Amino acid sequence: MYGKGLRTLSIATVLVMGAAATLTFFYAPLDADQGVIQKIFYLHVPLAIVALCGFIAGGVFAIQQLRTGGREWDMRSYVAIHLSLVLAVGALITGSIWARASWGHWWEWNEPVLVSFLIVFLLYCCYQPLRFSISDPERQARYASVFAVAAGAFVPINFAAVRMATAHVHPRVFGTTTGGMPTRMWETFLVALLGMALLFITLWKTELTAKSSREQLNRLRRRLAPETDEAAPPLAGHEAEQPPTEPVPAH
Amino acid sequence: MTLRAALAILRKDLAIELRTRQSVPAMVLFSVTVFVLFHFGLDRDELDGPLASGVLWVTLLLATVLAVNRLFASEREDGALEGILLAPIDRTSVYLAKAAALFLYLVVFELVALPAFAILLLGPNLLDAFPALLAILLLADVGLAALGALVAGLAAETRARDLIVPLLLLPLLVPLLISAAKASQPLLALQPRAHELGKWLGFLALYDLVFVLLAVAVFDFLLED
Amino acid sequence: MAALAFASTGGRYVAAAYAVFLVLVLIWVAIMASKIARTERELTELNDLADKRPAP
Repeated sequence: MYGKGLRTLSIATVLVMGAAATLTFFYAPLDADQGVIQKIFYLHVPLAIVALCGFIAGGVFAIQQLRTGGREWDMRSYVAIHLSLVLAVGALITGSIWARASWGHWWEWNEPVLVSFLIVFLLYCCYQPLRFSISDPERQARYASVFAVAAGAFVPINFAAVRMATAHVHPRVFGTTTGGMPTRMWETFLVALLGMALLFITLWKTELTAKSSREQLNRLRRRLAPETDEAAPPLAGHEAEQPPTEPVPAH
Repeated sequence: MTLRAALAILRKDLAIELRTRQSVPAMVLFSVTVFVLFHFGLDRDELDGPLASGVLWVTLLLATVLAVNRLFASEREDGALEGILLAPIDRTSVYLAKAAALFLYLVVFELVALPAFAILLLGPNLLDAFPALLAILLLADVGLAALGALVAGLAAETRARDLIVPLLLLPLLVPLLISAAKASQPLLALQPRAHELGKWLGFLALYDLVFVLLAVAVFDFLLED
Repeated sequence: MAALAFASTGGRYVAAAYAVFLVLVLIWVAIMASKIARTERELTELNDLADKRPAP
């Protein structure tokens, strides 16, 4: 039952994100170097961190799927990955806006977070097509899980490699001219991070509730109208009328 | 048992490759063509340092994609894959065999591609880059083979196979490319020297270890019926 | 303080970033909404189907 506790969770999310927004604009001090532009970072970095964790969580759920078989873990993995992809797109776009605002161009190779996310994004873009290309539901789940595990392991390694390869010429994300991050910025950042994490979990649970409802509905249909008996369809590529999962915004 | 089965499959693959001579010559031809493309694309007669390192490694990576696409080719034809799956062996032995085969193809291919690169595009003397370059190549080949065989397995029975392989494999290889290229840059410079070699070799080794272990753990779930 | 922030060009970039985030979340809501609507529709159909049958 995915819906359990969903209401409390969503209320908590609203409160924390509201607090984060308030803190960002009314509490956190203005950055000495970048001024108001630095405020983007309270959005961009939480997006990036939560997306990263989401991809890794997708990999962990995938391991469980491989070990125990069955749909439950596969659904959790699938939703975690597809939500993280959306957040990754958000991280890329907000990062790009920040680069443009700070340094005048829309892309910045010297920003390891941005570059890592571009690579991770390119990789996970193949997740859905890979699923779509396998019609057998059980095999689709298995292959998707293998991909999710490999990709989940890849994410931190990639981050490390890009970081190691990047020259540190740009001003640090955190800090004023006095160096180090002032407490108020840290507090705001932590609240923003918490809010983003709660948002992710809320969206994840909500989507799983919707999916699980569909599964229950299909089961009910099979019991009431056994003539239209269909085995549990794969998560990707089954029903043509199904609205596509969240389109990746072009950028 | 697993190793014996792996060796048997490996021997079969090598025998086929020796007889049909498909993968390795194609890789060589491809890489020489790409060197020519780079000559015209970059409008340069000679490369050194980061540019040389980049051209060399990108070409090696793309040639690997070529080989990966064909890695399970002999199994797909005539339904040989079902035959292997029916045998009482781990899928892991299939993986080990394919990875070993790919590694050997890469080594042989590089024996030709590197001199070609030195002749066509490289400014400084290639031999000055050795033996450090050898270490980088070997470690990189392990990584290329490990990931190539894994992705080949993932894509072996999907429909849009030749599209999925590069799209999946190349991003996964980015850390490998970063380390290999960064390590090779100073070796291929006009004044060759080793700089931060240990750091990048260490990273490559870690990358190889993680993905070999991962692939071995996970490959059993692929190719199942 | 917040009003001053948005007046500058820097402020416009910040607003753009937050707008992108909002749009992404709203797109997700829209897609989720259509999925739920479809589930509701099919549940109604199923209920009608069950009504038509004799009580088990």
